[in-house]
Amino acid sequence: MTTTSEPLAYDRTEPADARRSSGGLTGWASNYLDERTGISYVVREFGRKIFPDHWSFMLGEVALYSFVIILLSGTFLTFFFQASMAEVVYNGSYVPLKGLDMSAAMQSTLNISFEVRGGLLMRQVHHWAALLFVASIGLHMVRIFFTGAFRKPRELNWLIGFVLFVLAMGEGFTGYSLPDDLLSGNGLRIIAGMVEGIPFVGSWLEWFIFGGQFPGTSIVGRLYTLHILLLPAAVLALIGLHLVFVVVHKHTQFAGPGRTNDNVIGYPILPVYAAKAGGFFFIVFGVVMLMATFFAINPIWTYGPYDPSPVSAGTQPDWYIGFADGALRLVPHGWEFVLFNTTYSLNVLVPVVGLGAFLGAVAVYPFLESWVTGDKREHHVSDRPRNMPTRTGIGAAGLTVYAVLWAAAGSDLIATHFKFSIEGVITTLQFALVVGPFIAYFVAKRVCLALQKKDREVALHGFESGRIVRLPGGEYIEVHEQVDDFERWRLVSFNDYEPLMIRPNAAGRIPPQERVRAVLSRWFFEDRIEPVTRTDVELSSHH
Amino acid sequence: MIRTRRAAAAGPVRTRKRGRRSPLASVALVAVGLLLTGGAYTLFTASSGASAAIDLNSAQAISQGKKLFQANCATCHGLALQGTVAGPSLIGVGAAAVDFQVGTGRMPLAQDAPQAQDKPPVFDDTQTKELAAYVASVAPGPGLPSSKYLQLSGNATRGAELFRINCAMCHNVAGAGGALTEGKYAPNLNGVTPAHIYEAMLTGPQNMPVFNDANISPQDKADIITALKATQQNANVGGFDLGSLGPVAEGLFLWIFGLGAIVAFTVWLTAKAN
Repeated sequence: MTTTSEPLAYDRTEPADARRSSGGLTGWASNYLDERTGISYVVREFGRKIFPDHWSFMLGEVALYSFVIILLSGTFLTFFFQASMAEVVYNGSYVPLKGLDMSAAMQSTLNISFEVRGGLLMRQVHHWAALLFVASIGLHMVRIFFTGAFRKPRELNWLIGFVLFVLAMGEGFTGYSLPDDLLSGNGLRIIAGMVEGIPFVGSWLEWFIFGGQFPGTSIVGRLYTLHILLLPAAVLALIGLHLVFVVVHKHTQFAGPGRTNDNVIGYPILPVYAAKAGGFFFIVFGVVMLMATFFAINPIWTYGPYDPSPVSAGTQPDWYIGFADGALRLVPHGWEFVLFNTTYSLNVLVPVVGLGAFLGAVAVYPFLESWVTGDKREHHVSDRPRNMPTRTGIGAAGLTVYAVLWAAAGSDLIATHFKFSIEGVITTLQFALVVGPFIAYFVAKRVCLALQKKDREVALHGFESGRIVRLPGGEYIEVHEQVDDFERWRLVSFNDYEPLMIRPNAAGRIPPQERVRAVLSRWFFEDRIEPVTRTDVELSSHH
Repeated sequence: MIRTRRAAAAGPVRTRKRGRRSPLASVALVAVGLLLTGGAYTLFTASSGASAAIDLNSAQAISQGKKLFQANCATCHGLALQGTVAGPSLIGVGAAAVDFQVGTGRMPLAQDAPQAQDKPPVFDDTQTKELAAYVASVAPGPGLPSSKYLQLSGNATRGAELFRINCAMCHNVAGAGGALTEGKYAPNLNGVTPAHIYEAMLTGPQNMPVFNDANISPQDKADIITALKATQQNANVGGFDLGSLGPVAEGLFLWIFGLGAIVAFTVWLTAKAN
């Protein structure tokens, strides 16, 4: 504030008092706040932020809201949970476990379920919301991928989102392991085995993580610290950053009349969008509440306390770790060998490395695509998936890999419920893992190209009206009606790319990476349908 | 009924007096009748479950069983129980095996499959016991379980622990069943009678190992049955149990119904007013 503006500020206090009588308490309170915090600037700027309307733009919100639900229910659970593996005798009200030795963690989880008022509901809310959290992140990522919303300037936000996805899986898995029931112990045993599978350092690393031999007495306490302190803090910080970037970049929008790369068309946050989003929070909360009320999740009293000897049939991780479990299940027989007194567990190592590579590919895809396309422009208009056939094909292939691994985690249940032999299911899925992505790629790409051709046809010649007219000469024609300008806008506005030409650089040489880039670029854009131009439309409307 | 009608004929004054008493009397009569019938039924079913309804050693039961066996089982198992290429020998399998296989409908086999499936039984309880009597008469084997082990009065905590250690790796910790190799499977134990569970442990049908009395004592078996029934009764503490199948069922439910509902809401929220 400069000195000259101070009398102004001073002057304002007088009418403020006058307004107090006219504006009521709200007016007085908002004025009070504004004079001390300058919040009106924030409200003006932030309240006028525009959000375009499309159902798929709300998936990220679902993730945010389920995280809020997780925080609330999780805080409740920390009041009663004891992250200790000290051995106690259960003496609660669940009879089939009475008198059994178990860890304090298991006992306190049982007490939350059976003794604490509302505890079971809160546990189930927490767990269902966790499943929803990761699922909505996944669906949100798929939407971003297929609409190309990760392109410049949003590559870094894609990366943040990806890290959030991995952190969410970590949150989920650490939470799954906390109650120290049979299922969670079995899951930890698999993780311990995966760690052991790392050559040379595996055994040391396992002892380091578990504080001795598996299961030890410290893992629950350690996972608890990660689960309620480090991971949530990281998730919260990254969500904050993620949202800041959304504000900075502004939201993407689909092509439509008046929508360009330089504007955003939609509803302002205040009042429309805030009301919608606020209401939507309660809808998500309601859905989670209903699920938690009517559907049991993780009934640890059925599983019993962890004991390293029993392994239950149908032991699976929660769905988001399923793809890792499935990868382990699909490894063919005999991939383990001994060389110079050291066991090399390729049966564990290959899935671990493979999954790492898969996730890595997801993380770097935006950078890879921009390098291949050479497109350094900013993009604020989302692609329709059909308009980038190769990307959509790659996405379909990636989803197929994920889906096959995911299905493999339930291979035993597929076998029992559809009356197949488990070997048949595994062999089929192994085959699908290798061949499926290629089939998915070609089918998705061809479907995209076909849809583009149809769009082009509709844009140029209109759609079939279903009206058959007989001409005086006896000829029958079907009348085609032109689409309106609004619809045509959607059909014709997309980027046109061409394969890169290899050109020698200043030194007159073609570096090898440029050759690779040219090959990839040709692969990307060889098959393409050019967007209809204005001239095309005008020409076609004349005949 | 008849009495009331007669009372009505006797006169208005008496009708009112007796009419006051007679509804109570008939209710009491019905109650006594129900109690007697129910009690007799309970006695009968309890005793038949405990294998006392038919004396397995009686010559009549054995000869009835032999006839049934020759007509329905001998094609595969041989006229002298010696077995054929189509079916194993039944010499020494005992009454318990027959009661389990026939009583759960696994035998007679409906089709050539990796494993006999349970289905509605072909023979009634008496016929099953007669068959068991005949097979047991040819060579001794594990007999029918004593009813004292089937009362669900064992130690559920110990039984659940034994179940987790010995049974859960195939049958799933909640007894929901699980996959075995080459199309075989460990069946769902929900709804299986205590006697059949006991007999299965004793005789090891299909691919199941035998848990004889030296391995798991009869009292341990009773504990396991108690625990299994207790678990199944408590399965829906937290709401519908989604088949007790664990995270796969939960994940599918979340994706289809949970996220499905929420996506439907997003579509509704962003729908344009027409």
